[in-house]
Amino acid sequence: MTVGLFHYLAVAAILFTIGVLGIFVNRKNVIVILMSVELILLAVNINLVSFSVYLHDVIGQIFAMFVLTVAAAEAAVGLAILVTFFRNRGDIAVDDASMMRG
Amino acid sequence: MILQSITFYILAAVTLGGGLAVISSRNPVHSVLFLITTFFSAAGLFVLLGAEFLAMILVVVYVGAVAVLFLFVVMMLDVDFAALRQGFARYLPIGGMIAGLLTAEMVFVAWSVASHGAAAGSTGPRRSTGDVTNIETIGRALYTDYVYVFQAAGLVLLVAMIGAIVLTLKHRVGVKRQNVAAQVARTPASGMRIVSIVPGEGIDA
Repeated sequence: MTVGLFHYLAVAAILFTIGVLGIFVNRKNVIVILMSVELILLAVNINLVSFSVYLHDVIGQIFAMFVLTVAAAEAAVGLAILVTFFRNRGDIAVDDASMMRG
Repeated sequence: MILQSITFYILAAVTLGGGLAVISSRNPVHSVLFLITTFFSAAGLFVLLGAEFLAMILVVVYVGAVAVLFLFVVMMLDVDFAALRQGFARYLPIGGMIAGLLTAEMVFVAWSVASHGAAAGSTGPRRSTGDVTNIETIGRALYTDYVYVFQAAGLVLLVAMIGAIVLTLKHRVGVKRQNVAAQVARTPASGMRIVSIVPGEGIDA
C-alpha cells in the first residue's frame, strides 16, 4: 500500500489527540501539560509540511518554521513561569493555583 | 516504494508510541526522553516527505534546546511527582472517549481532504530536482516575501528570552555585586589621598 497524503494527515491527527489526551489526564502536572502542548504543535507542523509537500507550495514549510519558533519561545517562558511558581509555592500542582483570582 | 512504505510505518509507529509514552509514563524524566524519541521520528517523517531543512531544524531546536530545557527543569525542581498523578485513572475514561471521538473526526476529515479536497489532484510529493534544493527554495521565499515575518520571529525570540530571564532573576541579599555607576563616578580626588610620612613612625591606617 503506497503512502500518500492521507497517511501523514492521519499520523498528525492521532498525535494531536494524544496531546489533547495528555492535557486531560495529567491535570496536575504542569510539566507534562507543557510537553503535551509541544506534541500538539508537532502534529500541526506535520500537517503543514505534508500539505506543503503534496500541494507543491513551500509556504507551508515556512509557516511550520514560524510555528517552531513560537513553540520554542512558549516553552522557554512557560518553564520560567513554572520555576517562579515553584519558588513561591514549593509545589507545581496547578489545579489549585488560584492566587491571581480576585 | 515498498522500502518507503516500511520506513513510513516504522517512523509513524515510533512517533505515536513515543507520544503515548510521554503522557503516560510515571517519571517525568522518562517523559522528556520519550519526547525526544517522538521529535526524532517526526524529523524522520519530514525527511521522508522531502523537507530536509525543517527536519534538521526540528532536531536542533527541539532535541537540542527545548527538550534539554525540559530536562533541566524536571531535574532541578524537587517535586513529588507521584502526588501529581492523582486523578490519572479518574480522567482516563472520559478523556479517552473524547480523544477517540476527536481522532475519528479528524481522520475522516483528513481522508476526505486527501481524496476529494484541494489536494485530490496532487501529482504526488514534490521531489527536489537536483538544481534547486529544499533549503534553497525555502531561502528564496523566506528572505524575499516573508522577510518582515522573519524579523518578527526574531523579535518574538528576543522578547521570550528577556521575559524568561526577568522571570527567573532573583536578587539575593548579602551578595557583593558590581556597582558600575559608582566605579565610573570614581575620580582621582575620591580614589586616593596623599599621606606624608614622618620618618620612623610608619602609617596608622
